[in-house]
Order: sequence, then C-alpha cells, then structure tokens
Amino acid sequence: MLDKRVNSLAEAVAGIADGATVLCGGFGSAGVPDDLLAALLEQGARELVIVSNNAGSGKTGLAALIAAGRVRKIMCSFPKTGGSFVFDEHYKNGTIELELVPQGTLSERIRAAGAGVGGFYSPVSVGTRLARGKETKVINGREHVLELPIQGDVALIKAESADRWGNLVYRKSARNFNPVMATAAHLTVVEAGRIVALGELDPEAIVTPGIFVDRVFSMTEAR
Amino acid sequence: MKPLSRKQIAWRAAQDIVDGSYVNLGIGLPTAVAAFIPADREVLFHSENGVLGFGPKLASEPDDPEMINAGKEQISLLPGGCFFTHTDSFVMIRGGHLDVALLGAFEVSETGDLANWTTDNLEVPPGVGGAMDLAVGAGSIRVLMEHNARDGSPRLKKFCRYPLTAAGVVKRVYTNLAVLDVTPDGLEVCEMVPGMNLKELQALTEPVLRLSEDYKELRVPDLE
Repeated sequence: MLDKRVNSLAEAVAGIADGATVLCGGFGSAGVPDDLLAALLEQGARELVIVSNNAGSGKTGLAALIAAGRVRKIMCSFPKTGGSFVFDEHYKNGTIELELVPQGTLSERIRAAGAGVGGFYSPVSVGTRLARGKETKVINGREHVLELPIQGDVALIKAESADRWGNLVYRKSARNFNPVMATAAHLTVVEAGRIVALGELDPEAIVTPGIFVDRVFSMTEAR
Repeated sequence: MKPLSRKQIAWRAAQDIVDGSYVNLGIGLPTAVAAFIPADREVLFHSENGVLGFGPKLASEPDDPEMINAGKEQISLLPGGCFFTHTDSFVMIRGGHLDVALLGAFEVSETGDLANWTTDNLEVPPGVGGAMDLAVGAGSIRVLMEHNARDGSPRLKKFCRYPLTAAGVVKRVYTNLAVLDVTPDGLEVCEMVPGMNLKELQALTEPVLRLSEDYKELRVPDLE
C-alpha cells in the first residue's frame, strides 16, 4: 500500500541533515509551510541553505530559523519586506549569506532540477551585476546567460488538499512556488490543510501529481 | 506650470493601454494605473505570484491572506480569471506573452537602460523580485516616475548611475512633467504639461531632448 501520510510534524521533518538545501514554498505570507518550518526549528538541523522567494517575516517560520542562527545562506529574489527585520539584521551583521536571484530565474532553476536538465540560457540579467561571472552565449542574435539548476535536498510545501498518494491541490495565490519546488527535492514534505480519500480530488484539477511527493502531514489528521 | 500628481501620471499611462491587452503593473505608482483604464476597454492584469485577470478587493469580502498581488495587496479574481504556478507565471513574462509592463524606476537612460532594483545602500538588503524578468520579457516596457529625484537631480540620464535592471528596454516614460519616447535618436518629447517649454524641461533632464513631430500638450483631468 502506498501511504505517504505521517502522523506528526516531527516525523514529517525527520532526517533533514545539517547543511541541507531546503526549498521553501510561499510568496509573502501566502503558501508558506509555517508548521513544517516550526518543526524544522524544533528538529535542530543547522547550516541550512534556504531557497525561498522572500527571507521571512515577523518572528516565526523562516525568521525564527534565521534568528536561531540555523541558516547559513539564503537564495531568494526579494529578501527585504515590511516584516523582514530578522533577516535585515543578520544581513547587516554579515551573519547570513545572500544569493539574490531574479524571481523567474529562481523558479526556472528549480524547475530545471526537477526536470533533470543541466541548466538553461536566459536573457534575464544580461548586462547587470547579477550576471557577473556567468557564462554567456548569443542565441538568435540575443545575449543569454547560463543558469544552473537548484536541486533541493528537501522541499517544504503547503497545499490545501492532499490524498494518501500525495496528489495535491492548492488554494488561490498560495500556489506560487509550491508546485515547482515539489518536483525538485530528494525529499518532498507537504503540509496540507486536509487529507481526502483517494478519488476525491478531481483528476483534471490535480496540480501536483503524487509521484513528486514523499510525506504528507495534516494538522486535521494529527493523532 | 503645474506638475502632474501621482494619480495624474497613472491616469495618463492608463490611456495608452489598448483594449484586449495583457498587462503587468509594477509595485507602487504603476499599481494605481488599473483604476484609470477607460471603462470601454477590457484589460487583463497579470501578477507575478500566479494570478491573471484580477481586480480590486471587494468591500463585501473579508481579507484573504492567500488572495494577494505582487505588492502583497488584497485583490479579487474576476470571472474568467485563473491561478497558476510561478514557473508558468514567468513563462508568461519571459516568453513574451505580456503586451505591456508598467514599471517604476530610479533612473532611465537615453538608450532605454532601466535602473529600478537597487540604490546600493549597503545597510539595506537588495531585492530584485521579478523586475529583471519583466524588463527583458514583456512586449512594451513603460516607466512611470517623477521627473527629478528629491534633491532635484534628473532621473533621465545619459547613463544610469545605479545598477542596471536591463539595458535598452524602456520604450516610453511618463513623468510628472512630460511623456517621452526612447528612440534610436535619443529621447523625444511627446507631451509636456501646459506652460512648460522644451528649454525648461531640458534644464531638468540630462540627455539632449528633441520635440516629437506629433507633439501636443499633456492634458489630464483634475483627479484630486
């Protein structure tokens, strides 16, 4: 029987190693797997590389991991937001490394890892400081830069509904990076609003096929 | 001579959005453009976080943290609107599927170079978001900005001083004083606010300006 459900948050994040690259879904506060991030803080892994659009907000979730000194590096497109005071402070003090990646390049580099291709050439960032040191190539008369895949050791995903095979649907703009990140990690862990019986999710509307998912946890199912 | 208000700059930019366009509005001043699209035009707005076909939040609906645009403001989905993942959102952006992107800027050069992502303040973490993707991918890049910085220095430059977002991409600039096109021969003044002449505008602008053959006064309604 194929059953990806786990019974606790501790089980959901078990085995995440020190130094792991963690893909974390969300855009602003929409679609961020807050419970899994809290569990990762509890779990204790250190020297993490976080890949996420933003760098956390307020004092919980990603910000709590950064505040606890557990994040070595963050790869994101837009770290500075209204509530990003924890990241801002660590950045100013030089206690966290930042790799700034244009938003579409971030999602496509993750997609490349999930799709098993060795990178791609993009016209985005050509002639800017974010292209420094990158190989370039003129394609159809236009300059492109080589972008390499971002492979996650772990992906932390938030979905609205899941089934025990790991099929997922999302809610509104909380979808954002979650589906692409789910494809690009050795271990994909999902925090779902609810878990439904097989067959209940409309097969025409499943966004993430369960093949990409390893573990599913839902607070509403927790025992 | 009376400079335009920010609302009036947005109104002017809105008049150039044609019926049936797919449009991305940048954070800040460009966001205000949506309110001024003429009522007889159907324009679909795209938000980089995976929403196409949205409008302002309805007063009758409660706040929904999962219903936001790129500026993290509350929005509502119009009938026919849809959600999609980031990868598809940037396929739309990078793949040239958007007709227009309206962006804010710190500086624009006479060759259409755009600087809108960092002022190099080392105290503040830089953020690029989707700016570079939009600047390279959208069909027509138009900038809305104040003609001059707070210290009075021109934002229209021979060369951008701030780090570039993309080179040679801006087609048109709307400021509080004028509408200007970026042409192979440099900046062309299409419209100026009533009471302003080319010599006065030139004094507030770094590159050499010339008047368009189709020049007219920049007339906008009183929106305050």
